[in-house]
Amino acid sequence: MTFQNDTIAAIATALSDSGIGIVRISGDKAIEIADILIRSKSGKRFIASAKSHTIQYGFVVCEKDGILENEMDTKSGKMIDEVMVSVFRAPKSYTKEDVVEINCHGGVLVTKKVLELVLHSGARLAEPGEFTKRAFLNGRIDLAEAEAVMDLIHSKNEMAMKASTSQLRGDLSNKIRLLREEILYEIAFIESALDDPEHISLDGYPERLNGKCDHLISEVQRLLDSAENGRMVKEGISTVILGKPNAGKSSLLNMILGQERAIVTDVAGTTRDALEEYVNLRGIHLNMIDTAGIRDTDDLVEKIGVEKARKYAMDADLILYVVDTSVALDDNDKEILSMINGKKTIFLLNKSDLEQKVSENDILSLLHFVEDGNQKDSMKENSLKSEKMESGISMISTSAALGEGLDLLEKEIEKLFFHGDVKQNDQVMITNLRHKQELENAKNALLLVKKSLEDGMPEDFYSIDLMQAYASLGSIVGEEVGDDLVDEIFSKFCMGK
Amino acid sequence: MSEIREKVDVCVVGAGHAGCEAALACARLGLETVIFTVSVDSIALMPCNPNVGGSSKGHLVRELDALGGEMGKNIDKTFIQSKMLNVSKGPAVHSLRAQADKAEYSRAMRKVLESQEHLTIKQAEVCELLWEEINSNEEHNNKSFTGQENSNDDSLNGKGLIDKRVIGVKTFTGAIYECKGVVLCTGTYLRARCLCGEAITYTGPNGLQAATHLTDSLKEMGIELRRFKTGTPARMDGRTIDYSKMEEQFGDERIIPFSFSTDPESIQKEQASCWLTYTNKATHDIIRANLDRSPIYAGIIEGTGPRYCPSIEDKVVKFAEKERHQVFLEPEGLHTHEMYVGGMSSSLPEDVQLAMYRTVPGLEHCKIVRNAYAIEYDCINAKQLNPSLEFKKIKGLFAGGQFNGSSGYEEAACQGLVAGINAAMEIQGRDFLVMDRSESYIGVLIDDLVTKDNREPYRMMTSRAEYRLLLRQDNADRRLRKKGYEIGLITEEEYQDLLCKEKLIELEIARLKETKVGANKEIQSFLERHESMSLKTAASLAELICRPELDYAMIEEIDVGRAEAYKNYCSMEQVRSRYLTADGKLSKEIIDQVEIEIKYEGYIVRQKRQVEQYKKLEKKMIPADLNYDDVPSLRLEARQKLKEFRPVSLGQASRISGVSPADVSVLHIYLERRQRNS
Repeated sequence: MTFQNDTIAAIATALSDSGIGIVRISGDKAIEIADILIRSKSGKRFIASAKSHTIQYGFVVCEKDGILENEMDTKSGKMIDEVMVSVFRAPKSYTKEDVVEINCHGGVLVTKKVLELVLHSGARLAEPGEFTKRAFLNGRIDLAEAEAVMDLIHSKNEMAMKASTSQLRGDLSNKIRLLREEILYEIAFIESALDDPEHISLDGYPERLNGKCDHLISEVQRLLDSAENGRMVKEGISTVILGKPNAGKSSLLNMILGQERAIVTDVAGTTRDALEEYVNLRGIHLNMIDTAGIRDTDDLVEKIGVEKARKYAMDADLILYVVDTSVALDDNDKEILSMINGKKTIFLLNKSDLEQKVSENDILSLLHFVEDGNQKDSMKENSLKSEKMESGISMISTSAALGEGLDLLEKEIEKLFFHGDVKQNDQVMITNLRHKQELENAKNALLLVKKSLEDGMPEDFYSIDLMQAYASLGSIVGEEVGDDLVDEIFSKFCMGK
Repeated sequence: MSEIREKVDVCVVGAGHAGCEAALACARLGLETVIFTVSVDSIALMPCNPNVGGSSKGHLVRELDALGGEMGKNIDKTFIQSKMLNVSKGPAVHSLRAQADKAEYSRAMRKVLESQEHLTIKQAEVCELLWEEINSNEEHNNKSFTGQENSNDDSLNGKGLIDKRVIGVKTFTGAIYECKGVVLCTGTYLRARCLCGEAITYTGPNGLQAATHLTDSLKEMGIELRRFKTGTPARMDGRTIDYSKMEEQFGDERIIPFSFSTDPESIQKEQASCWLTYTNKATHDIIRANLDRSPIYAGIIEGTGPRYCPSIEDKVVKFAEKERHQVFLEPEGLHTHEMYVGGMSSSLPEDVQLAMYRTVPGLEHCKIVRNAYAIEYDCINAKQLNPSLEFKKIKGLFAGGQFNGSSGYEEAACQGLVAGINAAMEIQGRDFLVMDRSESYIGVLIDDLVTKDNREPYRMMTSRAEYRLLLRQDNADRRLRKKGYEIGLITEEEYQDLLCKEKLIELEIARLKETKVGANKEIQSFLERHESMSLKTAASLAELICRPELDYAMIEEIDVGRAEAYKNYCSMEQVRSRYLTADGKLSKEIIDQVEIEIKYEGYIVRQKRQVEQYKKLEKKMIPADLNYDDVPSLRLEARQKLKEFRPVSLGQASRISGVSPADVSVLHIYLERRQRNS
C-alpha cells in the first residue's frame, strides 16, 4: 500500500537542459494519464497495455485548444512532441507507485507544455522533493540515501547560521530573525509582568504594543509585497550579460552552462530577446540573463530587444560586459557603458584568441569619457569618480570559442560575492510558497493582536497570537520544529528528483 | 538477630504534601500502603507560607482535586481566608489562594490518612532501599503511556535501560518492609541543615529530625543527588505588630472552593485578614551592610536557591533600583498570634534580622517568635525520571515533591499524586497517568522537571504553560475529572456530577447560539443604553455576549427564554441542585463556563489549533532502547543530551536544551525509517 494516493507530476530534469526533458508522473493514475496523452503514429492509445520496464515510442498530441479526443489522428490533432515513454508499474519503481516518464525532445517550452497537459489530465504538480518523499515514505530509499538527506538538512542549517557572514540566503533569514526577536521581547515582557506584577507594570503597555504591531505588520507586508510584485521569479543574483552584437555573449553563457543553450551563429543579432538561465556557480546561485546585442538598429524586433537589455541592466545585481577585443570600440560601447551606471561589472575581454584591437586602457578611457559626459563640472571630481569606478571594475580575458577564462570568471564572481560587493536582492527569497504562507499567517496573527488591543482584552490574551506570529516566522528559518517535518525536509530536494 | 519483617504493596517515604497524596492514592486504589515519617506530628506540615494556591499554583491544586487528590478538599476544610487573584485579567490567569490555619490543615490531613483503609502510618526513618539487579532481557516494564500512540510497542517500555528493581525499605531500627513499589517524597529532609547567619543546625524544617542515612543508599543504587536550598521568613508575635500602619487585605465576599466536590454554600464564612506593608531604604541599607554575614553571600551555602522565590537579600541585590518591596503579614492560624512575614525570607543572622524587620512600618516594635532561616537538602535532578515519575533505571521506584527539585506545597502534592497513582498503575498492570503540556499545569510541571536542566528549585508560574487559555483553573474538572474517574480516585457520584454540569453547559451554549434577536426597537435601545453598536440584521445572543462591552448578565433583559429554559429539568433527579436552583436558574459555575466559552471562542479555537500542532510531535514516540549512536548525522552535543535524557517522544526531545530543530528532524527521519522497516 502506498502512503498517498493522488498522482503527481513534474519535470525531472533541469530546465536549462536543451536536450531531453523528462516529465515524470507518479501515482495510481500515472499510466491512465499517459495513455490519454500519448498516441502511436496511427493515433491509437497504447500505453495502458505497455509492459512494465519498457520504453515506448510515440507522440504527445492534443487538439488546438488542448482538448483530447479518445481517438485522434496525429495529423488532425496538434502534435506536441515526439517522445520516448518509460513505464514502471508499482511497486517496482522509484516511488513504489506506478511511474511513467515521458522523454521529450523539443526543448524547454515543449517539455513544459507536456507537463501542462499531464496536469490537465488529472495529475497534480509535485511539491519540491515530493517524488523522493514518496520513495521514502513507501520504504523505497535505502539508508545511504536517507543519510544524504540528513546531511543536507545539516548543511542547510549551518549555512543559515552563517548567513550573516556568508550572505548566502542571509538577508531574509536575518530579517526574519530580527522580527522574531522583536516579537519575543513583547511576549517575554507580558509573561514576566503576569508572573511578577510587583516589579513589572503593564501601565500604558497596550498603546506601545499597538505601535509595535503596526511596525511588525508593515515589515512582514514588505516581505510579502516582494513576493507579490514578482519582479524576480527565481532565486539568485541577477546577472545580466551585455555586449555588442556578436561579441560572444551567447557563447559565454553556453560556456558557463557547459552546454549549447543559447542559439549561437555567426550572424550578428541572433539573440533578439533576452534569455534567462539559472546557474549554480561554485555554490552561488546566479540568475543569468543573456540579452540582445546593443547596437543602433532599425530592425523593430531587435530594437525592442535592446530596450529590454537596458531594463535588465537597470535591475541587475551584477553585469558581465562582453567586449569583442577583435573589433575597435565604438559608439555602441559608449551606449553600453552608460547602461552600467555604477553597477558592479566584470569586463570580459573576449576573443582573446584573435588579433587584439582593444586594450584594457582603451576601455578605461572610454569609461572615463562616458563618466565625464555625465558629469561635466570639476576635473578633480571626475578623477575621483573614475578611481572609484575603476576599483569596482574587474577585467578578464576570455575566449568563449576556446573555452578560456571561465575559471577566472568564476573566481571573480565568488570574490565579489563573499566580499559582499554583490548581494542577492532580498526580494528574491519570497518565491517559496510555503514562506509566503507563513508570512501571511504571521501577519494575520499580528492583526489579531491588534484586534485584541482594540477590544480591550486583558493582556494575557495578546501572547496567544504573538506566539503564533513567532512560530510562523520561525518555521521559515527552520527555528521552529514544524508538524510537517518530513514534508519540509524533503522539500529541500529539487523538483522532481 | 530477629527483626520486624512485613509485606505490603507500597512504601511511601515522607508524609509531607507529596507523600500524603501518594499514600492516599495508593491506598484508595486498594493497595496495602505504609507511609513513613520522622514525626507523625508533622504530617502535611506547612513549614513555610501559611497558604495554599496563588498564581498558577491555584491551578495545580484544582487539577489535583479533579484527579482525586486531597489538598483541595483539605484546604476547603481549614482555610481562614480565600481570594481569587488576578480577577482584573483574563480568565486564564485567575487563580485561587487561601490562607490556611496551619495546625488545622496538618491535623485534618492526618485525620484523613488515619481513617483511610489500607493505609498505615509509621513513624520511622527509612535509611535504606532494598533492591535487586534484573536481567534486562528477562523482564521489562510492560507499562505504556496512556493516550499516546504506539503504546503497545514493546520497545517503548524501557527494555535494556532498567537494571534494578526495588523490593522494599529498611528503617533505622532495622525493620524491613517488603513491597512492590516505593515512592520517595523526602522533601527537604535528606541531609538537611538549617542556616541562620553563622548558626548552623543539622535539622529538617522547624527543628525536626533530618534524614541522614538514605542518601548513601540512593547513591549506591546509582541515583545522582545534588543540593538545593530554600528559605523561610521570620514569624512575629502578632501582639507586637502595629496594623494601623498597614493596609488590610480582605478575602473575597463570595468564596470559591478549591475542590470541585465542595459545595460552595458550605464554606461561606467569616474570614481573617492579611496585612500589606513595605520595606524601605533603611531596611535595604541594613541588608547591604550585613551581606557579608549572609551564609549565601559569604559562600557557606552550597545549594542553589529558587530565583522566583527570592530571599529579601536577593531582592535587594537583584532589584537594586527598587526603593521598596511588598511585605505581607499573614496569620499562621486562628489559635495563635504568630504572623508570617511574606516576602522577607532571609538567612541573615538573628541580630540583623531583628534590626531589618524593625525598619518596616508597623514592625517597629516587633518580637520574633521564630527566626528566618535557609535550609539546604539533598535532592535529585529529575531527568533521571520518566514522565511517569518512575526512575528510568529502577523499576518500581517513584519520586515526587521537593526531592525532585521543585519548590512549593502545590508542586509537591501534584507530583506526589502522580507518582502514587503510577506506582499503583504499575503494580496493577494498568496504563500510566502521563499528561502532556496541553492537558494540565501538572503536565507542564512534570515535563519541565524531567526534560529541562533545572538548576534551582522549580516553581510553577503561569508563563510556563503555553496553552493556558485552555488550562484554566475554572475548567480543571472538565479537563481531568474523567481521568481521575478512570483511574478510580473519583467516585461515581462525582463523575455523574461532572456529566450533569457538562450537559447544562452544552445546552445553554446551544440555546444562546440558536436564540436570535431581531434589529427591533427594543433591542436597539438596549444596545444603545450599553454603548454597543446597533444591529443591522438579526443576531444570536451568543454574538452579543461576544461583544467586549456586553456580558451574559447584561443580556438577561433581552433573553426572554432564559427564565423558562431549564424549568423542566429541576425535577429531574440527575440534575444536581448545585447547578440549578429550584426556580430553574443556572448556577454561577455553569454561567461562568458558558460565558468564557462564548466570549473567548476565537482565542480558544486558535489555541486549540496550536495544541494540535504541538501534539503531532508529542505522539511520535521514541523507543526506550534506541541507540543514539546508530542515528547518523546527529550533532555530538545533541547525541550526548539525548543519551542523557532519553526522551519518550520527539516532542520531549525538541524541548531538551542543546537539541536543535535540525537534530529533531534527523531523529524523526531515522524513526520513520525504522518504523517502516520493521
